[in-house]
Amino acid sequence: MTAAIDIAGLRKSYGKTVALDGLDLTVTQGEVHGFLGPNGAGKTTTIRILLGLLRADGGTARLLGGDPWTEATGLHRRLAYVPGDVSLWPNFTGGEVIDLLGRLRGGLDAGRRSSLLERFELDPTIKARAYSKGNRQKVALIAALASDVELLLLDEPTAGLDPLMEASFRTCIEDERQRGRTVLLSSHILSEVEALCDRVTIIRLGRAVESGSLADLRHLTRTSISAELAGPPDGLDQLPGVHALDVEGNRVTCEVDTDKLDGLLRRLSAAGVRSLTSQPPTLEELFLRHYAGDGPAAGSPARDSGGVPA
Amino acid sequence: MNTVTGTGALTRLALRRDRTMIAIWVYALTAFVAFTVYGFKKLYPTTAGLNEFIAAAAHNPALLSLYGPLYGNSLGSLTAWRDAALGGIGTGLMSIFIVIRHTRADEETGRLELVGSAVVGRHAALVSALLVACGANIGIGVLMAAAAIALGLPAAGSIAMAAGFAGCGLAFTGVAAVTAQLAQTARSARGLAIGLLGVAFLLRAVGDSAGPGGPRWLSWLSPMGWAELDRAFGPIRWWVLALPVVTVAALATGAALLAVRRDYDAGLLPQRPGPARGAASLGTPLALAWRLQRASLLAWTSGALVWGIVIGSAAKGIGGLLGSEQVKRIMIKLGGQTGLTDAYIAAILSFSGLIAAGYAISVVLRLRSEETSERADPVLATSVSRTAWGLSHLSVAAAGTILILCVAGLGTGLGLTLRSVGGGSVIASNVLAGLAQAPAALVIAGLAALLYGLAPRASAAGSWTVLGVVVLMLFLGATIQLSHWVLDVSPFTHLPKLPGGAVSAVPFVWLSLIAVALAAAGLAGLRRRDIG
Repeated sequence: MTAAIDIAGLRKSYGKTVALDGLDLTVTQGEVHGFLGPNGAGKTTTIRILLGLLRADGGTARLLGGDPWTEATGLHRRLAYVPGDVSLWPNFTGGEVIDLLGRLRGGLDAGRRSSLLERFELDPTIKARAYSKGNRQKVALIAALASDVELLLLDEPTAGLDPLMEASFRTCIEDERQRGRTVLLSSHILSEVEALCDRVTIIRLGRAVESGSLADLRHLTRTSISAELAGPPDGLDQLPGVHALDVEGNRVTCEVDTDKLDGLLRRLSAAGVRSLTSQPPTLEELFLRHYAGDGPAAGSPARDSGGVPA
Repeated sequence: MNTVTGTGALTRLALRRDRTMIAIWVYALTAFVAFTVYGFKKLYPTTAGLNEFIAAAAHNPALLSLYGPLYGNSLGSLTAWRDAALGGIGTGLMSIFIVIRHTRADEETGRLELVGSAVVGRHAALVSALLVACGANIGIGVLMAAAAIALGLPAAGSIAMAAGFAGCGLAFTGVAAVTAQLAQTARSARGLAIGLLGVAFLLRAVGDSAGPGGPRWLSWLSPMGWAELDRAFGPIRWWVLALPVVTVAALATGAALLAVRRDYDAGLLPQRPGPARGAASLGTPLALAWRLQRASLLAWTSGALVWGIVIGSAAKGIGGLLGSEQVKRIMIKLGGQTGLTDAYIAAILSFSGLIAAGYAISVVLRLRSEETSERADPVLATSVSRTAWGLSHLSVAAAGTILILCVAGLGTGLGLTLRSVGGGSVIASNVLAGLAQAPAALVIAGLAALLYGLAPRASAAGSWTVLGVVVLMLFLGATIQLSHWVLDVSPFTHLPKLPGGAVSAVPFVWLSLIAVALAAAGLAGLRRRDIG
């Protein structure tokens, strides 16, 4: 498998503000890759560099085997982009924008266009100035999804969609995966990434802090265990990797580092297990672990979606 | 909470946002009048020379339509007469920009929604915009009067003249307040108000050039006419100055009433659904640029035609004045050549060249607004190259400028023919004379493209400043006797005076080459820099 996106040590600053500080990101062909981070982490800057709209200050970025800056127009035939904050020409109808963007990209599938209009319940005869944020987003999504491309770059594409439309969006991405397309999905909505993505990269202050499959990442965090035992447990507090231990008679609740789960379970079954519930770590916990109490990350001045050029 | 709660806070916000822009307008318009006084002083050091010129000008319908009637025979009346048109256009434009910026433009971008959710009354934004615009006009009036008095003009006349210009601004403050309610976008609200400013100019031009028994009353319908009808430096009619005050009060009240009758972010002009599919032709960057620009080009072209016809038909009777050497000399200074009708048309067409340059700048700067509104991103993320995208708007700018100038020339030719001094060959030579302005206007457009490519954030302010300087050079250059080294900087200086002048292809060729080189450098800059 070759990489659809291969970024190493990418740097970009706006004046004194550092947006990307040595970012690494690899997206293999055919996968749906979650690009996760809070506002201002550098997600939009990364995508804009991949689109050749910005020039990186340092590091390398390869897109579909080409250079996103020098080979932009050729590469753009093979990808579609949905911005986070979709701004349309106010006196164009939604249908006109979809056709225009599709044609500028090199053509779009009429059948898909109409089925997507139906699926997203969008009226294409309305002028863009009358569309809500969610409807503007649908216009960009339909234009992207109806074109015949290898790679989709989606920058927080569901920010304005209601839950029903978000479900439609998930179905669409599932279809794209079946077709073998590569998707880079930037988001800060964890459930969406958890539901859709094969692999995830978490970005913070312009740097990738974690990258891997959800299963890989879960190993890095803790599982919650709650058990009712036959007798009082023994020496649990001595075990490595056990946290927040609470023993009340025969009932035990605790959190355990996922790679130390085995040791804990042996000790519990030694005491005789009557009932056991274990909750795998959610992405939320992963995320919070990287950002909780992280002042600069939350209020980072670096640019992200919705930001105005510095 | 009443409907104007929060006006104070919004006014301070508007002043904070506009502090540079308003200061530039106020000082530029004041300086314009001050330089005119100074220039005429140098040009006519003797009363005899002044009187001869004034006597000739007061009976010339062409000059009357361009600048309005002359009241009195002093340096002051000459200044008030000479600056009336541009002064009124200046204050009018400033007022329109200020009012639309703080009402419809803020509403369109959603900023007003954010502000409106705070403790702010329904009319607070409108009232604060009106206050800021009126304040700026009063500031211009005070400074301009002070400058004129300081240069030795009579106090009463100076005040009446300055108040006349400020009054024109006040009236268009009211006009813009109403158009901001009618149209749904800032662009169309601004366009509608500027169109009405053009109508005011034409009403005054037709009224002032009409002979006895003609429709002289038309001038009374125009705020720009009021600026002269107060007869500053003549027997002053102070009561005329009440007209703009009554107008702004009435229009502001009307705007407030209209504002209650509509929803936030809605206009009063209706919205209709459009096609569900893009037309087959809408699939190239040029088609997109054309679609975005065609409405404004249509408006500009129709304006140029009407302007040309009105100006052309006012040119009758100029031949009778050929006897006065003094007038001839003045017309040549104003940009003319031998043959007064030709000279007059040539002066008008060089003014049209400046207006067309303004159109060209606005088209080029559309690239910048597409970029800052992030509408450029999805287009540039398709297989459209930056060069193709930039070139598409630049092509519309070039073709539109050429069209507008030809149509302006066509208009003057038709106007002359209507007054039976023209014919087919006159129309043809006027069209060519209009076209001859294009290379200079395109140099200005090329400069705007260069700024856009290399220094996008400075492109709007930079381009309009360049045009402002060129306009002042054309209007004041000869009057204040600027050195030709300075005048040579303006591309318009190098054009032959057409129709009627000697034609050489040389200036056209090299001006066109400069325009192309500037645009190419701008596009090269665009390819190298970050978007957004």
